[in-house]
Amino acid sequence: MSETLFVQLLDLACGALLLTAVLVLWRRELAVIIRVFALQGVALAALVAVLAAREGSGELWAVAAGVLALRAGMLPYLLRRALASAGETQRETRPVVNVASSLLAAAVLTLLAYAASRPLVELAPSPVTAAIPVGVTVVLIGFFVLVTRRRALSQLVGFLLMDNGITAIGFLTTSGVGLIVELGVSLDVLLAVLVLQILTTRMRETFGDTDLDELRELHD
Amino acid sequence: MAGIVGAVVQPVLIVTGAPVLVGMMRQVRARLEGRAGAGVMQPWRDLRKLFGKERITPRGTSEVFRVAPLVLVATTLVVTVVAPFVTTDSAVDPAADLFAVVALLALGAVALALAGLDTGTAFGGMGASREMTILALVEPTLLVAIFALSVRVGSTNLAAIVSATVHDPGRVISPASLLAAVALIVVIIAETGRLPVDNPSTHLELTMVHEAMILEYAGPDLALVELASAMRLSVFLGLLANLFLPWGVATTAAPLALLVGVVALVVKIGVLGALLAAGEVFLAKLRLFRVPELLAGSFLLALLAVGASFFLA
Repeated sequence: MSETLFVQLLDLACGALLLTAVLVLWRRELAVIIRVFALQGVALAALVAVLAAREGSGELWAVAAGVLALRAGMLPYLLRRALASAGETQRETRPVVNVASSLLAAAVLTLLAYAASRPLVELAPSPVTAAIPVGVTVVLIGFFVLVTRRRALSQLVGFLLMDNGITAIGFLTTSGVGLIVELGVSLDVLLAVLVLQILTTRMRETFGDTDLDELRELHD
Repeated sequence: MAGIVGAVVQPVLIVTGAPVLVGMMRQVRARLEGRAGAGVMQPWRDLRKLFGKERITPRGTSEVFRVAPLVLVATTLVVTVVAPFVTTDSAVDPAADLFAVVALLALGAVALALAGLDTGTAFGGMGASREMTILALVEPTLLVAIFALSVRVGSTNLAAIVSATVHDPGRVISPASLLAAVALIVVIIAETGRLPVDNPSTHLELTMVHEAMILEYAGPDLALVELASAMRLSVFLGLLANLFLPWGVATTAAPLALLVGVVALVVKIGVLGALLAAGEVFLAKLRLFRVPELLAGSFLLALLAVGASFFLA
């Protein structure tokens, strides 16, 4: 693979990662958010695959396939199943911070990510490390989604966005953290999602809703 | 030489073509909705009828109301002369600057909003205030989105950006230009008053933005406003087409190259217009309070595009 093609494909995958993170923040329908999250999984797998093609390492190809299966297949499937059993609550109706302000906050977070990862990029300037700010941005946006959404499901997506960002930073900084480590992290994430899914179901059975706003009780 | 030819060909092409574009878009919508439609030339027939009427202005309006249509047409005409639509050679090269072009387009919109306020009617004021709300969010996004493209060229001259992309087509699929393209599309839809921001074919007071401002215009003045808004639509679509898909634009003064440039421009604007009209069939108008959300999103995308062009490439 030639140098320019590699850089272009890498930048394209990073751009897709960034775009999907912003779309999660932008849209309200939970079904759309889950679909966008699956797309981000594809982008992340593409990022790993580009690095694997560059390094020519079979191990990285295996990790790319694993990332694709877990983050574009398994996790969206679990989320969709949790959503299907949710019944009425298909939309993130009232986030703590309204959508327009949270988009502007995301712009500030992006600048913050660029500023914060500047020293990291300067350690070893190359096209791969230049994309680190994108990973940091995805982590910060994920955290923002986690703290400003009311529905348990979109908070879960926020948590997974953070994890996607951390994985992306890991691959961009070290060109692969090793199959075993990646496997361990992936299993951890899967377990967390399964536990949170059970927790969500229990919450709904007890309170009839996953909205974490206590004031709703007055309406009922 | 090519600059002079372009300065003559571009305004003529856009002035004659813009109403046809609007007619074509209406026809596409009509066909998709199962209606027969009025035909592609209907906007021109309307304009001819309006130009034949006598000039009347409402009692109590000042010069602002009378001058606004002229300002709107004049600023748009200047943009059609200087911006790279058919050829990258501009007759007035310093004015082909990104900031100058956006400022000219904003000047026309502001003149119309002032005219809406000048009538003193409730509708005029409401339309003007809504238009300014949208404009305040649209202008920065427009600037930032095109600025993302100019970073790598090292110049804010639109012709320089377009010719740099012609010489290096690989730029088109970089994240910066993809993000900027999405932001620019949203902004153009908002700025030209199409669905889902404004419904171009309604007179319902709850929904209208553009229509509310021009409610008091009649006769030749109305014709000028209609012509100018059609021209603005062509100008925006032409800018979008040439910034992201600049193929076919003439870089020399050869007659054949210019001819190819004209044909390419007509085809590109036609295709974009048809896509926009077809997309509108499937959309409902957004609540006015949701519009800032949409525009904030496109601003964020434009900002990310600038970030990507600095840090990724």
